Amino acid sequence: MIAFYNHFAFEFKTGLRNSNNLMMNYLFPLGFYAMMGLVMTRIFPGFDQVLIPAMVVFATMASSLLGLPGPQVELREAGVFRSYKINGVPAISILIIPVLTTIFHTLIVSSIIALSARPLFGGVAPLHIVPFILITLLAAFNFSAISALIGVISTNSRATVLWSQLIFLPSMLIGGMMVPISMLPEGIQPLTALLPSSHAMQAFLGLAYGQPTSFNTTVSIAVLAISLLLAFGLAIHLFNWDTKNKTRRGHPLMALLVLIPYIVSTFLV
Amino acid sequence: MSDAIVTVNNFRKVYGEVVAVNDISFEVQRGEIFGLLGPNGAGKTSTLEALEGIRSSDGGEMMVMGIDPTREPGKLKNKIGIQLQTSGLPGNMKVGEAMDFFCAYHQVSPRKDLIKRLGLAEKVNTQYEQLSTGQQRRLALSLAVAHNPPLVILDEPTAGLDVNSRTELHGMMEELRSQGVSILLATHDMAEAEKLADRVAILLHGSVVAKGSPRELTATGSSLTKISTRTENSILVKKPGRFPAVTQQLFKEEYSVFYSKDPAASVSAILNYIEKHKDRLIDLRVERPSLEERFLEITTPGGKK
Repeated sequence: MIAFYNHFAFEFKTGLRNSNNLMMNYLFPLGFYAMMGLVMTRIFPGFDQVLIPAMVVFATMASSLLGLPGPQVELREAGVFRSYKINGVPAISILIIPVLTTIFHTLIVSSIIALSARPLFGGVAPLHIVPFILITLLAAFNFSAISALIGVISTNSRATVLWSQLIFLPSMLIGGMMVPISMLPEGIQPLTALLPSSHAMQAFLGLAYGQPTSFNTTVSIAVLAISLLLAFGLAIHLFNWDTKNKTRRGHPLMALLVLIPYIVSTFLV
Repeated sequence: MSDAIVTVNNFRKVYGEVVAVNDISFEVQRGEIFGLLGPNGAGKTSTLEALEGIRSSDGGEMMVMGIDPTREPGKLKNKIGIQLQTSGLPGNMKVGEAMDFFCAYHQVSPRKDLIKRLGLAEKVNTQYEQLSTGQQRRLALSLAVAHNPPLVILDEPTAGLDVNSRTELHGMMEELRSQGVSILLATHDMAEAEKLADRVAILLHGSVVAKGSPRELTATGSSLTKISTRTENSILVKKPGRFPAVTQQLFKEEYSVFYSKDPAASVSAILNYIEKHKDRLIDLRVERPSLEERFLEITTPGGKK
């Protein structure tokens, strides 16, 4: 328990000490939130309805997808995981503790957004608080698990950027955060079900805001939960202490299995 | 009876088509410092990493305190302390945090005394990446021994250190040995190995080419022992003699310097010569070839083994 506490405390402080992590955990999401709050609520009528969930999903993606995999790869390549291994640090701790601390940072930023959006930018508060909190947690765990998987399969920092942006950029464009899915071209709409951000946004709108949704929210919740479990399972299975040793238990392309629930959901939503 | 804490029998490690370590065997006894010497690429780090349980084996057997590190590395956690050649710590981890972090995983109380002993007390809140190379090495050593392991594996522990830091680390290694701790030391530094190691193995191209105590190794080479003499009337300079096993004779200031293949025979003959010519010996120095000279002899292409 002391080991877990020390490890958690160290990783949490890393999220504040490391300039890149500080940027992705706090400065980037809060800066973007301030900009969206100031600009989008004025030029896009109705954006106040989605300001909080959209910015919570954005903050979650920024801290996890952009902040989590890079340092994991750097530590592994620097031999830190080898050092951890010989000192008895279990692989599960190496994977799960950074995920938990990232979620912790995300929850702090999400709280700031949820509490300040209404007084600062006229953002609409959720009707149902408990579903809002649960979906925030589910989305945070989901993105963090996918990010941990990206960190595990990437051979270098450039690869983490590539994989992360493959999710991050489409999410920003067609994930329902900036533009409602219903306003996208009909040919594009089914493809949005391939993105976790779309499911998170639809779950927020349907279950926390009581608004009509483009997706079946039960399916969205199931997709987020199943992909979260798949991503963690695959990250643990494919975890490698040291790229100099061929100890990986499967091919990195196995990570694509995490797409299964999303692909299936395109037929169900 | 053998009291081996580490046994390596015909260990083999292959990377693709390159045989990095080829059937090497050695033992480390309880309470001894065993030096693993060799040029870059000789297979030292591959061997150490297999013993540490972080690299697989492609043949042979290894046992560390009755545990096969390639099969059950988890069981070695509290039995060995390891200082890796590479950093092994996150750059933003502070000195005090590192001690708390690793001691917690070893389930022992943090050893703040070691941090103080190794001169890092004032750096306890300094991040690892802001430490000097010497401070990083000292921290790594303090972390390796914090849980009082019976075996410590050190990979180039004093590389890049200043004289004071090296002396401090050497003192600590000798202290550990006196407490019954075995140390497996991989080093390029022959003077360090000669000073500290009870026994050494010299690796070359993945094979053990020489093994024994530094004294045994230096005695078995073809290198010559240097015998320097100075007498009251300089008879050896004024009237040079011929002595058994001496292959070369030089004069340096007031000294006659002989290079001998058999120092005992040469010294005896020189002393008789001085006595016979009624001169009086003022100074006599016999210098064995160093381990470094023996190492170069073994590892240099074309050198005699």
